[in-house]
Amino acid sequence: MRHAGRLAWALTGIDLDVAPGERVLVTGASGAGKSTLFAALAGLLDPEAAEVGGELAVDGQPPAGARDRLGLLMQDPDAQLVMTRAGDDVAFGLENAGLPAEVIWPRVDDALAAVGWRYGRDRPTQALSGGEKQRLVLAGALARRPGLLLLDEPTAQLDPAGAAVVREAVARAVVARGTTLLVVDHDAGPWLPLVDRVVEVREGGLVEHPPGWAPVPRAAGLVLPAATAGPARLGAETAGFTYRGTTTPALHPTSLVLRAGTVTAVTGENGTGKSTLALLLAGLRAPTTGAVLAADPLAVRGERRPHRWRAGDLVTRIGTVFQQPEHQFLTGRLRDELELGPLRSGSGSATARARAEELLERLGLAPFADANPFTLSGGQQRRLSVATALATAPAVLVLDEPTFGQDAATWRELVTLLAEQRAAGCAVAAVTHDRDLVEVLADAEVAL
Amino acid sequence: MTASLSLGPAPDVPLSRINPCAQILAAVAVSLALLATLDAVTPAVVVAAELCLLPAAGLTDPRTLLLRTWPLLLGAGTLAVVNVVLGDAGLLGALGIALRVVGLALPGVLLVASTDPVRLADALTVHWRFPPRVAVGSLAALRLVPLLVAEFETVQLARRTRGVEAGRNPVARVRLVAGIAFTLLVGAVRRAGRLATAMDARGFDSGIRRTNARGSVLHARDHLFVAGAVVVAAAAVTTSVLAGTWAPLFVGG
Repeated sequence: MRHAGRLAWALTGIDLDVAPGERVLVTGASGAGKSTLFAALAGLLDPEAAEVGGELAVDGQPPAGARDRLGLLMQDPDAQLVMTRAGDDVAFGLENAGLPAEVIWPRVDDALAAVGWRYGRDRPTQALSGGEKQRLVLAGALARRPGLLLLDEPTAQLDPAGAAVVREAVARAVVARGTTLLVVDHDAGPWLPLVDRVVEVREGGLVEHPPGWAPVPRAAGLVLPAATAGPARLGAETAGFTYRGTTTPALHPTSLVLRAGTVTAVTGENGTGKSTLALLLAGLRAPTTGAVLAADPLAVRGERRPHRWRAGDLVTRIGTVFQQPEHQFLTGRLRDELELGPLRSGSGSATARARAEELLERLGLAPFADANPFTLSGGQQRRLSVATALATAPAVLVLDEPTFGQDAATWRELVTLLAEQRAAGCAVAAVTHDRDLVEVLADAEVAL
Repeated sequence: MTASLSLGPAPDVPLSRINPCAQILAAVAVSLALLATLDAVTPAVVVAAELCLLPAAGLTDPRTLLLRTWPLLLGAGTLAVVNVVLGDAGLLGALGIALRVVGLALPGVLLVASTDPVRLADALTVHWRFPPRVAVGSLAALRLVPLLVAEFETVQLARRTRGVEAGRNPVARVRLVAGIAFTLLVGAVRRAGRLATAMDARGFDSGIRRTNARGSVLHARDHLFVAGAVVVAAAAVTTSVLAGTWAPLFVGG
């Protein structure tokens, strides 16, 4: 099939038969067409926006007509829940099917039990963690008793603990009921114990992997440039943070030093204040106790507290990369996006343009120089967001979950890019759950 | 800010027992009395009756109450001041206008404080045959509001990391907020699209007549509640007429 306005087929040569009760993983690099395949199977392709060649059938019917037989679980938990209470949300799909209330509630309880739900029906959906929300969405899908469960990277937006919750719920549900399962995910490893078959989407078609196949570890054979630790650039001195109107600190007093030519990993469970610490180090929030102070050479007119700096001064000293790249994009073209930081910090337009060209080349984004950042793939957006932070050549780089949801190829590119920055004398701090990242890159680890 | 925007399940308070449809009918009854007259006595009686219901809606803490009603109080106060300064309504007339605004808005405050949005949608679809497309669609949209509030903060911080901030310049501040609002809007539209897909996938609006798992029942207490509101409205009008202040908005002939 191909999308309107694009000449290339997004996906070709796909032949896949899934027998009832089979559990299949569809994997492949980002941009290979996995999501298109998912949308086609789920009957979600807009016939006006896509041209489809060949045939697709679920139980012998076109997918759009087989909606009742399908249960879907997608990436964003907040875009899949409808009701304010857990039980009501599971009941939603049964109400739509026109079932009477006396049939609905036993089936709701049954579906909640199938996914290992630990709370009551009355649990507010607002208060759930990402993993628990996905567990609930799965229950909502199961309650409709689908013949086929279709999962599209259901753990991509979750931390490892949340991802484990979702996989455990999926395993529990499909094993007990013999439901046919089709999982689409670039991260194959964690699903292997659960599936019977693994197929990989590649250019030109599907490759079926033999039983016992395992993906190549993403860090295998990675050679990173060496670096030597230099002087301290930025430090936290018993810095803590409590949100206004709350009593429990979001971050307990923490001390650390970021040195030139080193990578410091900040790790810890959810809710320990990792992201809050990143905001303090990035000069975006003022610590409510203790201090975050830059080294003297970075001071702006004697001011060493980054949160007091003007934004234009901040970007040349501390670069920050947020978890969601879209939050940081401000312009309609990649080129403008990369020129923005240098222009804002007072560089001339010629300098800014040269800097943007250089980064576009180096990060393999030159073919998209005039494209809109929002049209890039997830991996490309991530690279662009790092590039925008590097455009002003900051002495300190703060990243929040830089490798979150990235496929193996993007992961290696990012790790290499960060290692290059370190070799060039940058002080890097990365908040992360990613143990591989910590192992190959971190010179120091701060566990909260 | 977040307290007034808590759109999760409402706490169980005595007023929650009253069906949302009955609450809306009661509000209509007192509103008719308020809209019929220009004096200060009618709204005073109505507002007094409404204030008596605050504890039943769990609104006893003055701080919570102020958080939920400050825009209303500010609006009513401004209206009164403007009328005193610029109008010919006089002090008593201005007070009447302010009380009318409060009297019209308080039923809404009571409804929001005591009613789970889901119960409201249930009642509207069951009793008044609201299309589920509208009622359930609104519920889904309502869930996204607190997410928007949280995202506003994040996007504001994200702009600073790109060298963009307003500083003390009010014009730059307006432009910055407009830019953030646009970013949020784009994100909200995309998320709403994904939510619509997810609802579709669960058979929403597929042509089958939708049932309601929770149902919505009108009890005797709901009828009494509406009757009570009619009595309050009548008492307000009677008091006003007896006091000689009754000033009907629409004079016949």
